[in-house]
Amino acid sequence: MAFVAFADRDHEQEHHDPQTFLTKYVWSQDHKVIAIQYGGIAILVGLIALGLSILMRLQLGFPNSFAVINPESYYQFVTMHGMIMVVYLLTALFLGGFGNYLIPLMCGSRDMVFPFLNMLSVWFYLLSVIILLASFFVPGGTTGAGWTLYPPQSISAGTPGAGMGIILMLVSLAVFIVAATMGGLNYVTTVLQARCKGMTLMRMPLSIWGIFMATVLALLAFPALLVSAIMMILDTTIKTSFFMPAMISAGEQLSYNDGSPILFQHLFWFFGHPEVYIVALPAFGLVSDVLATHARKNIFGYRMMVWAILAIGGLSFIVWAHHMYVSGMNPYFGFFFATTTLIIAVPTALKVYNWVLTLWQGNIHLRVPMLFAIAFIFTFIHGGLTGIFLGNVVIDLPLSDTYFVVAHFHMVMGVSPVLVVFASLYHWFPLMSGKMFNETLGKWHFWLTFLGAYSVYLPMHYLGFQGVPRRYFSMGTTDFLPESAQMLNASITVAAIILAAAQLLFFINIFMSLWKGKKAEKNCWGATSLEWLTPDQPPKHGNWGHDLPVVHRWAYDYSVPGQEQDYTPQTVPASEVPVGREHGVSTGFSFETDQEK
Amino acid sequence: MSDAPMTEAVEAGDTFAGAVADYSADKQAFHVPWGKAMMWIFLLSDTFIFSTFLIGYMTVRMSVQDPWPLTSEVFALSMGGEPIPLLLIAIMTFILITSSGTMAMAVNMGYRKEKEKTFWLMVATAVLGASFVGMQMFEWTKLIVDEGVRPWYNPMGAAQFGSAFFMITGFHGLHVTGGVIYLLVVAFRVKNGFYERRGNNYEIVEIAGLYWHFVDLVWVFIFAFFYLW
Repeated sequence: MAFVAFADRDHEQEHHDPQTFLTKYVWSQDHKVIAIQYGGIAILVGLIALGLSILMRLQLGFPNSFAVINPESYYQFVTMHGMIMVVYLLTALFLGGFGNYLIPLMCGSRDMVFPFLNMLSVWFYLLSVIILLASFFVPGGTTGAGWTLYPPQSISAGTPGAGMGIILMLVSLAVFIVAATMGGLNYVTTVLQARCKGMTLMRMPLSIWGIFMATVLALLAFPALLVSAIMMILDTTIKTSFFMPAMISAGEQLSYNDGSPILFQHLFWFFGHPEVYIVALPAFGLVSDVLATHARKNIFGYRMMVWAILAIGGLSFIVWAHHMYVSGMNPYFGFFFATTTLIIAVPTALKVYNWVLTLWQGNIHLRVPMLFAIAFIFTFIHGGLTGIFLGNVVIDLPLSDTYFVVAHFHMVMGVSPVLVVFASLYHWFPLMSGKMFNETLGKWHFWLTFLGAYSVYLPMHYLGFQGVPRRYFSMGTTDFLPESAQMLNASITVAAIILAAAQLLFFINIFMSLWKGKKAEKNCWGATSLEWLTPDQPPKHGNWGHDLPVVHRWAYDYSVPGQEQDYTPQTVPASEVPVGREHGVSTGFSFETDQEK
Repeated sequence: MSDAPMTEAVEAGDTFAGAVADYSADKQAFHVPWGKAMMWIFLLSDTFIFSTFLIGYMTVRMSVQDPWPLTSEVFALSMGGEPIPLLLIAIMTFILITSSGTMAMAVNMGYRKEKEKTFWLMVATAVLGASFVGMQMFEWTKLIVDEGVRPWYNPMGAAQFGSAFFMITGFHGLHVTGGVIYLLVVAFRVKNGFYERRGNNYEIVEIAGLYWHFVDLVWVFIFAFFYLW
């Protein structure tokens, strides 16, 4: 059935600009406002998680010096820190924040295809955050089961928050999944169906590819978490036995019988591993664009970068059990999952090589976003290499549940994505606000964050080799740990406090720039992609003024030989400036739409 | 929309390259309205939800120690003093499949712009769906009141029978109930000319139909795994 594309029906649709303050900024259906709402909520809740991590570090660095931190509250801090950072900060910020902001702008559409659903998405997200935060104030407090929420301990008496805490946690996750699904349907459909003329799939900036694939993963992985949350709520409230085996608690036989805790682990990690890539793939995409723009060079191997994103996304569904090597599973099973896990290193390494080759012989401008982007390459290689250790069953067994694991995943999916978040926030801040940030303050923020992160996480690898277990409130008297381990812990805590305090610089910078920063020039980085080419900066409702843009080339025509300007925006026709190296191959050929011919 | 690479590839007889160029072309990947694409993507996600439910149920069923109740006896309905296995469920399944038929006819009438017929066929579909939910309530009542099955307890053996049954059929029943409401909303909008004012476009009927057929298809799997296994 012939169907006229979204982009070709643009003039048929009426655009009503929102008039009142409420429809403009509160119940807004504009993707840019929704993005900022998403980002604001995510960063606020992330600051809570940062505070919790400092409380944890205080106990580890200076044991038993603080009355507010007891074993129960320590476990609650661990749990909430992990859950908030992974789900409520990073997932929401990358998909809800950057996804919302960049997808319509980079694809050349006026908004998401279903703006009302998009608005519902952010309100459901806020609801899930409120439910999550409410659990701090119920009897027993938040759940202290660790972010993986493994039953039976997560819902058994003795675990902090085993009553209301865990129920609110699970309900909040379920609401979050509803929000993520409503947003996700919009992101995927917009990328597939609402691009502008000339914007082929293979001309999309890598940011879009990364966010697109991450959203697909979210739509397919969150169902497993939703189902396990429903089952665990039933186990907690009406005493079904999906996950709960027969148990004796405080001398009393519980009514549970024959459930399978391992089933929960499988369901959780079938969500949990793709979740890693839900966070990582947008970061891969965004960092590619930041690197190419500030190195004034086309991204190396664009086509392979796209295929690597797709391959990583596909593989991420068949590696989940590498989180469960110590659960007592069949060795052949472990062999299979170790193999698939190590295969993921191939497309990932391909991406790292391509980032480095993008920098090679580039005209590198070490501006703040670029510093963060290059730092990401360091931390990501670092975290990726320790992943190869942990992906092997025999090496994982002794290292499991030590600080080596903590160091690994913080390096690879904590520090690395957060560095990309900062790179992207600095990179797109002039577009979002129309103001320029303070470069000096930004550089201070960068160096304190980068060096701070290394001085926190690098020593943890060593602690892990020593055998320091993770999630322990205190070490007690252990013969195998030298006293220096405690000194190292204290130094990590000091570094962590400095690192956390340094983030103040970021907020000072942002708020001061919003208040009285100087006006940013249009397209201040000299970027080629569409979001910088809107008639207004920041873009207004409807993004493009009267006419949708028309794309004539890929997003990476930087420093094309023979051109005066070192970048050619995507909207410049090939008749004016010849197309550079589309898909990494020099092409004189560009396909125009019928109307232009 | 004859973009150059596609035409070149097709002219050269390379249909694979033509297909690739088609899907990766500009503007849109699939030549369908966005609403339809979005519904397909949602259904893919929903498929994962139901698959996870069913896999969880199978895992639990394999691992329990207590005997699983004999489904042909549990789900039997007494007619004239004789228990007839799977009678109720056969009727329920028949009703749901029939509703898919009326839905398909409604979609057809929608594309023919026959408002009145579309409306009534959609209402018929919704009524069939509602009667399915009603029978499901009857079945639940029978299990809970007459046979003493609870989500946490089952007098005939493994407690997980009740847990999984109520959870999965309940989740599916919610889907059907949501679908009935969705169909009715669309049906009344068809009748009162809501879509007529918007370019006389009845694609939404097909989109609602996609959801309805999906719910139907899920039932076939639930039927097979719960009642026939």
